[in-house]
Amino acid sequence: MLHTINKSPFEKDSLSTCLRYADKGASVLFIEDAVYACTKGTQFEKAIHDNHGDIKFYVLGPDLEARGLDNSNLTTNIEIVDYKGFVKLVADNEKTQNWL
Amino acid sequence: MALEVNGKQIEVDEEGYLSNLNDWEKDIATIMAKEDDIELGDDHWEIINFLREYYEEYQIAPAVRVLTKAVGKKLGKDKGNSKYLYELFPYGPGKQACKFAGLPKPTGCV
Amino acid sequence: MEEQELESGKIRKFIYVNRKAPHGTIYAHEALEVVLIAAAFEQDVSLAFIDDGVYQLKKGQNTDGIATKNFSKTFGALDMYDVEKLYVEKESLDARGLSEEDLSVDVEILPALDLKKLFNESEVFFNF
Repeated sequence: MLHTINKSPFEKDSLSTCLRYADKGASVLFIEDAVYACTKGTQFEKAIHDNHGDIKFYVLGPDLEARGLDNSNLTTNIEIVDYKGFVKLVADNEKTQNWL
Repeated sequence: MALEVNGKQIEVDEEGYLSNLNDWEKDIATIMAKEDDIELGDDHWEIINFLREYYEEYQIAPAVRVLTKAVGKKLGKDKGNSKYLYELFPYGPGKQACKFAGLPKPTGCV
Repeated sequence: MEEQELESGKIRKFIYVNRKAPHGTIYAHEALEVVLIAAAFEQDVSLAFIDDGVYQLKKGQNTDGIATKNFSKTFGALDMYDVEKLYVEKESLDARGLSEEDLSVDVEILPALDLKKLFNESEVFFNF
C-alpha cells in the first residue's frame, strides 16, 4: 500500500496516524507541506528512522524545491522522486491511502 | 425566485425547493401542490408530515429507496411501497413530497 | 471507480476514513454526503473514525448557536441506507477522554491494530 501525506507534521498528526496504519512493506510519500517532515533536525526524524526498513519513505522533489529545500536539508533514508516517480509509486501499489 | 403565499414572497430555488426551511407553513405545500395539479388529501399530508419529522430527527431528506423503507416501518407495508407513493406524488415521492414538505432535494437525487 | 465493474454488480469493500472534527471545516459534513450518495451504489461500506474524527460522533451536539447544520443527527439514519459498519479507533477515543457512552450511535470500538487489518481488507479508500 502507498500512503501519501500532504500536511505539515507541525500542523497535523497525519504522520503518526499514518505510521500507526502503515504495514511492513508499505511506502510513504510526502507531498505539499508534508515535505517538512523529511527535513533534518526535527522531532520527526526519529519516527522516520525507527520505521525505515519496514517502510520506504519518499518525498516529491518539486514540492521540496518550491520550498527552498534540497537533498542537503533532508534527513537520511528518504528518496526524492519526481512526478513520474509519483505516478510509478501509485501504479506499483495496488492501493493508495491519502492522509489529509 | 419566489412563491407568493398569502401575500408574502417566499424564496425558493430554481427547482422550486424552499431556500429557508423555517419559512414552511401548510399553505406553502398546498400552493406548491396546486402548481403540480395535485390536491392534497389526508394521505398526502401523512407523508408530508412524516418527511418533516424525518428531517427533524435526521437532518436529511431521505432518498426515495430509504423513504419507502421508512414509511413501511412507520405506517405499514401497504403504504411503504413505490406504487402507493408514486400514486400520491407522481413526480417522485422523494423529490416532489420533499418539496411540498419544505425540505431540500434528497441527497443523491438528480 | 470503473463503471464496468459497477454495472457487472461486483461488490467492493469501500472504507471511509474520517479524521476531522465536525464543525471547524467542511470535511466531515462532505464525507457524510459522499457516503449517502454512494450508498445508492450498493457497495460494501464501512466508516472508520480516528483522530479528531471521533468527535463527529459525540452525542448532544447542538449547532443552533453557530447557524450550521447539525449533521451529527444524520449518522442515526445510516442504517436505513444499509451503512451499518461504523468503527471507532480506541486509542483516539482514549486520548480524548471519551468512551462508548459519549457517542451518539452504535459503533464497534477497535484498537488500531484490528482497524489496520480491516484497512488491509478494504479495496477502495476515501480519506477525509
